[in-house]
Order: sequence, then structure tokens, then C-alpha cells
Amino acid sequence: MEANTRSTGRLPAAFLTPGSSSFMDFLAEHQPELLPGNRQLPPTQGVVEAPHGTTIVAVSFPGGVVLAGDRRATMGNVIAQRDIEKVFPADEYSAVGIAGTAGLAVEMVKLFQLELEHFEKVEGTQLSLEGKANRLSTMIRSNLGMAMQGLAVVPLFAGYDLDREKGRIFSYDVTGGRSEEHGYAATGSGSIFARGAMKKLYREDLTEAEATTLVVQALYDAADDDSATGGPDVARRIYPIVTVITEDGFRRLTEDESSEIARSVLQRRLEQPDGPRAALL
Amino acid sequence: MSTPFYVSPQQAMADRAEYARKGIARGRSLVVLQYADGIVFVGENPSRALHKFSEIYDRIAFAAAGKYNEYENLRIGGVRYADLRGYTYDRGDVTARGLANVYAQTLGTIFSSAAEKPYEVELVVAEVGETPEGDQIYRLPHDGSIVDEHGSVAVGGNAEQISGYLDQRHRDGMSLAEALKLAVQALSRDTNGSEREIPAERLEVAVLDRTRPQKRKFKRIVGRQLQRLLQGDGAAMEAEGSEEEDSEGSEEK
Repeated sequence: MEANTRSTGRLPAAFLTPGSSSFMDFLAEHQPELLPGNRQLPPTQGVVEAPHGTTIVAVSFPGGVVLAGDRRATMGNVIAQRDIEKVFPADEYSAVGIAGTAGLAVEMVKLFQLELEHFEKVEGTQLSLEGKANRLSTMIRSNLGMAMQGLAVVPLFAGYDLDREKGRIFSYDVTGGRSEEHGYAATGSGSIFARGAMKKLYREDLTEAEATTLVVQALYDAADDDSATGGPDVARRIYPIVTVITEDGFRRLTEDESSEIARSVLQRRLEQPDGPRAALL
Repeated sequence: MSTPFYVSPQQAMADRAEYARKGIARGRSLVVLQYADGIVFVGENPSRALHKFSEIYDRIAFAAAGKYNEYENLRIGGVRYADLRGYTYDRGDVTARGLANVYAQTLGTIFSSAAEKPYEVELVVAEVGETPEGDQIYRLPHDGSIVDEHGSVAVGGNAEQISGYLDQRHRDGMSLAEALKLAVQALSRDTNGSEREIPAERLEVAVLDRTRPQKRKFKRIVGRQLQRLLQGDGAAMEAEGSEEEDSEGSEEK
């Protein structure tokens, strides 16, 4: 009785097969070529030149977590982009910041956001924060082939855990290894300097305002010593992206708010170029 | 060797349609109404977990009457279709019209394929626009046809009577509270004309609210907010609406 038995325009079987709530699993079954990890790379000589995102920092405080990133993308010795955005909301209660090959990282974030949204719509409930962190781990691991050719993506994931009622930070390595960080974390080329700064400035009883200032200080120190990290650009009005995740959800500081923090940090640095000093003993 | 009886195609299709209609009629009806700020979905549903309405995409929602396992399958298929399309192109390229077409093809093929039993479901796919003129509501009966609806639509067992009632009373630009009350009145009328009470706990209500600051416009209305909307008068509603926006503002993405 069917008019057309081959292509009917109806949803293919993969769409109507019950089971997985994962968009990536669905892609793997229905259109595996769309999954970033399934691409076949031709063998290359040397390193592939592509824009690289740099420093991301995160700090937790009682009641939430702050995730921030500078705005520079570099390609070798060239500044590829001055105003790149490297911190994204993953869903209502989490955010992801990316360091590494910008093009691949942005694609990974887009798929990660969709993965969380898809689960939420199909299941009618959100993934746990651990579950989200594990999904991201899987995605980084699927990029291992690219990472071995120099196109690594290393994100930092931060979110508010509704069950434990606190902000949590997860850092990753290129192989997808995941570790929870307590207090503060950094990733990307300037991370060594940012981490050093945060180590000296971090306290457990930071307020939200202090935490946002702390991440801007850490990014300033990273930009001070790492050529691939961009400092606040007063002339072009380009300031770090600062995001806060609390019980109320994800919030990105407006340009006015982040410029105010960056300007006050800059003002103090004009007198004290190395920034605030920690006590010696 | 037995010879199969000859059944005329007309008779075969009529039997299948009868079968599907009976299945759909066993379920409770639900209504979808346009109001000033969007589209509201109202249905009687004793379950808190097994929803009749759900989000498909930013501006698109889905409502279904009939057999749960069949429409749940179609709902997940729709979410997959919309997410894949948005991922391949752009979020703006996912439309209710496209989704309704795919559903129509799916239902139509299943209905006319002798190898499969027809689905006992009736769907509504709705998309909220920037303005009330941009709202789209499509009703998809079991046989794969599409009906482009305006204002109000009812599906399920008692649909004809309910939509008759709604057609007479629904007008453009109703507030959410007005539309919700009208919907509940329509649903609580029995086939024999008598009215029965539907308590708020047995109602499932969701909206596609174009004034929501988030890009995802779908929202379930539950608990206290639903109680207030059902009881409160117009003025209380406006105050409630702004209060609700305040508490929601912080989750903006």
C-alpha cells in the first residue's frame, strides 16, 4: 500500500529508536561523519598553523564559582584575533572555557552545549555536574588524534553543583583525563603565571566581587609574562570575559562591570606594576 | 490452501482510521490556545512525570494525545530532528513547519503501510513568533494530514465539542490567566453537557512565552504559580507576571 517504499520523507529509524538520551550517540549512529572525532586526517609534515586560544582561569568561592578568560588568539608570533570569546555557558548551571586550537574548541563547545540541552529535553531533567564533566572528558578523548598532530583542545569546566550546593571546577588534559580542582585552576599558555598569582591571592572566604577581581588579577599576571595572553586593552575597550555561576544560574558580567574591574586593577598596577603583595610569613 | 478474503482499499483505510480514532478517543483531551504573550498548552494529566507537552527547540513545543509510547517516540524523534538541524545549519533554521512536515510524512507512511499498525496519536506542533501574527500552530491527525490552526485547537477524545466551545469564546489578545481559565472551562465540560471540577493538581500547563529573556521560550507552569493564575483576577496576574520575571532574569544565558 505504500506509495514510495524507499524514501518516504518520514523520520529514519534512527530517529525513532528509543534508548539513548545522548545527542552524540545519536550522531554516531545516524551521521557519524558529523562527529568531530570521526574525521580522517591526512598525514602532515610538521605543525599545522591555526589560531590558538590561550589563558582560562577559574576560582571558587562560597556560593559559587567564577570562570574567566582573556581575549587573545595567536598563530605563531601573530595575534590572530584580539577579541575572541573563549568562555561559554554550557547550560544554566555550568560554563566551559577553552584553551587550544580555537576552531576545534568552539566546535567542541557547540556540541557539548547541545549534548546537555538534548539530554535535558529528552529526559526532562538535567545531568548531574559529574555527568556533565564526564561527557566533556569523552569529547576531549575523541579529539586525541588531532591533539597528537598539535591541534589540542584543553578546556576548563566550572559549574554550580545543585546537590552539594557549591561551585566546582574540573580541569582536563589532552587525553581527556579529568581532575577536580579545589579553590582555583588555570589552563592554557599563560596558566603557569596565572596559577602562581592565584596561589598567593586566593583565600577560602572570598566574596563574589573579590573572586571576580582575583581572576582579573591572575589574567593580568598571565598577560604580563606570557606573550600569547592578552591584557586588558583600554584603547579598544576589550576586557576579559568574566562569568559567575551561583545557585541562581549562569551570569556573564556585562561589559561595564568587567571594564570597571579591569580598570581598577590597571589603576593600581600603574603604581605597583607587579600587583598586590602577599605576606612573607 | 486458504484464499484470503477480498477487502476493498476503501474499507481497509476506513477500518484503520476507525482503529486510530478509537485509540485517541480513549485518552483525555488537551487544548492549545494563543494568548497575548505566546501560546499556552493545557491538559488533564494525573501524572507529574509522563508529560503530554514538551519542549522541542527554542521556540517550538509539542503536544500529543493518544497512546503514550507512540507519541513519546515521535517526540524524541522530533527533538533529534530539531537538534540535528540546528547543529548542521543554525538555531534559526529550525522551524515548526519543517518539523510538522516530517511528522506528517512519518504518520502518513505508517498509516498507509499495511505492515504497520496505525499510530493512535494526534499531535500539535506550535511555534511562538516575535509577535502574535508570527505564531504557528499545526494539528497533525493520525493519518498524516496537517491542519494549520489559528487561535485555539483541541485534540483527543472530546476534541470536536471542546473546539466548538473554544471557537465561540476565544479571542485574540487574551491574558494568560484568561486563556488558562477558558481552557479549563472547556476541558471540564463532559460529553453530556454537564460540568465537572478538574483540580489544579491534575492539570498539566506549559507555555511558549515570547517575553522570556532566554532563547528557550518553553516553560512549565506548576505549583503556586498555577494556583494563582487559576484563582487570581487580572490585576493580581500582572503583578505576579513581573515578579516571576524578576526571579527568572538571573538565569539568562
